[in-house]
Amino acid sequence: MQKIYMDHGATTPLDGEVLAAMLPYLQGKYGNPSSLHFHGREARAGLETAREKTARALGAYPEEIIFTSGGTEANNMVIQGVARYFSAGERRHIITSAIEHHAVLDTVAYLGRTGFDVTFLPVDRYGLVDPEELAAKITAKTILVTVMTANNEIGTIQPIDEIGRICRQKGVYFHTDAVQAVGNIPFNLKEQPIDMLSLSAHKFYGPKGVGALYIRQKTGIKQLIFGGAQENKLRPGTENLPGIVGLGRAIEMATTGMEAKTGALRELRDRLIAGLLQIEDVRLNGHPQKRLPGNVNVSVLYVEGESLLLHLDLKGIAVSSGSACTAGSLEPSYVLLATGLDRQTAQGSLRLTLGRDNTPAEVDYTLQAVQEIVTKLREMSPLFK
Amino acid sequence: MYNEKVMDHFQNPRNVGKMDDADGVGEISNTTCGDILKIFIKVEDDTIKDIKFLTFGCGAAIASSSILTEMAKGKTLSEALALTNMDVAAELGGLPPAKLHCSNLAADALQNAIADYRNKIEHV
Repeated sequence: MQKIYMDHGATTPLDGEVLAAMLPYLQGKYGNPSSLHFHGREARAGLETAREKTARALGAYPEEIIFTSGGTEANNMVIQGVARYFSAGERRHIITSAIEHHAVLDTVAYLGRTGFDVTFLPVDRYGLVDPEELAAKITAKTILVTVMTANNEIGTIQPIDEIGRICRQKGVYFHTDAVQAVGNIPFNLKEQPIDMLSLSAHKFYGPKGVGALYIRQKTGIKQLIFGGAQENKLRPGTENLPGIVGLGRAIEMATTGMEAKTGALRELRDRLIAGLLQIEDVRLNGHPQKRLPGNVNVSVLYVEGESLLLHLDLKGIAVSSGSACTAGSLEPSYVLLATGLDRQTAQGSLRLTLGRDNTPAEVDYTLQAVQEIVTKLREMSPLFK
Repeated sequence: MYNEKVMDHFQNPRNVGKMDDADGVGEISNTTCGDILKIFIKVEDDTIKDIKFLTFGCGAAIASSSILTEMAKGKTLSEALALTNMDVAAELGGLPPAKLHCSNLAADALQNAIADYRNKIEHV
């Protein structure tokens, strides 16, 4: 059976060249970067090269890059780390959006339970934060604004430069979770009003279990874990060198010739969206233009997402859904609900996230499969007239 | 996640469809996750002669509706009333724990259909 992977928002396959770059560090180059001898220096060189590549890809300075175990750790580190830095003072207010990834949302909610004031900004029907509303919510007590660059479910791209400018004017730190954005949206952090940024390697054809945090120089942040001087004392512990080397190579590749790659992806995305909207009672979730180049998210009315997903899986097509069943909870996607969808419409959501290896033929095969499955499921739906 | 029997009923659901001349119709919805099940029955001599279902829900909801219709067909109303959601799950060879309570409501829908039937004949 033909296998079609359309879940690149969940993870991407490891690139062959990235693997090749990592392999020496899994075998011969086993040194600890903190050791002074030859093996240590060899490992240190690999670590610092990866840092330089990451910095270059983001338009940052190498000393502004901290490697972590992934996006979740990066988000925790930055939000809790800034909160700790300010914990002795009077300023105890954090602002985020209602549709952040759980790594941000749950961390901010935790701080809300431990003495911080927290504001969750609503979004409009496209999933966009209103910068003016954000500006109005910033007070003298606000320390941090954290708004994602692009949403993992609906792909909506936030006006992060505008948000960053507002934060800078008001003297508030701005962090953005760019886990879905890196490799899809260009960054030049020396020019952008962003103080902190999180990323994860496995979203751009790198390995799992490694991510990075950009922290602008002189940003007030305290460490969360203790035990060594690694990563500027912010992230003690012997570095995951094979992973970090993989991240360095992957981000270098992802940001080289990005415009052409994302252009092709966008074309494929729009072909898929147009085809899905041909099916009766299908609506697009997220913004039609301000969206990630590979993201498609639709609601298929009168059917439930897990059923759709399972049938597509039986046809060899891997996708995801925001239905309660697939989220492993009783609630359908909080992101879709935040954009104003009713529960039933959110239950019928389908996310297809395209990647560089998907082809127009795969898109057409998927469209045909979705059409067939939707017809079949609607025939057994008590909601479909 | 689902066993072979569940997947079989999910892929090839038995007795799907609407019944225009049903003697009893039972509906149940799960307010938390949003599943909606509808069971139609045709009754003769106090026995379920025919049964159909419509379901808006996940794989478990569809499979449990399908197997319930097989279990109930040919049973007397009192036998059918004794069927529980747990019997349905057992007949399917088990469901994932998370699905046992939220998507396994077919027997409840059948009980509503039988109640609807009895209610109708009492008022004729």
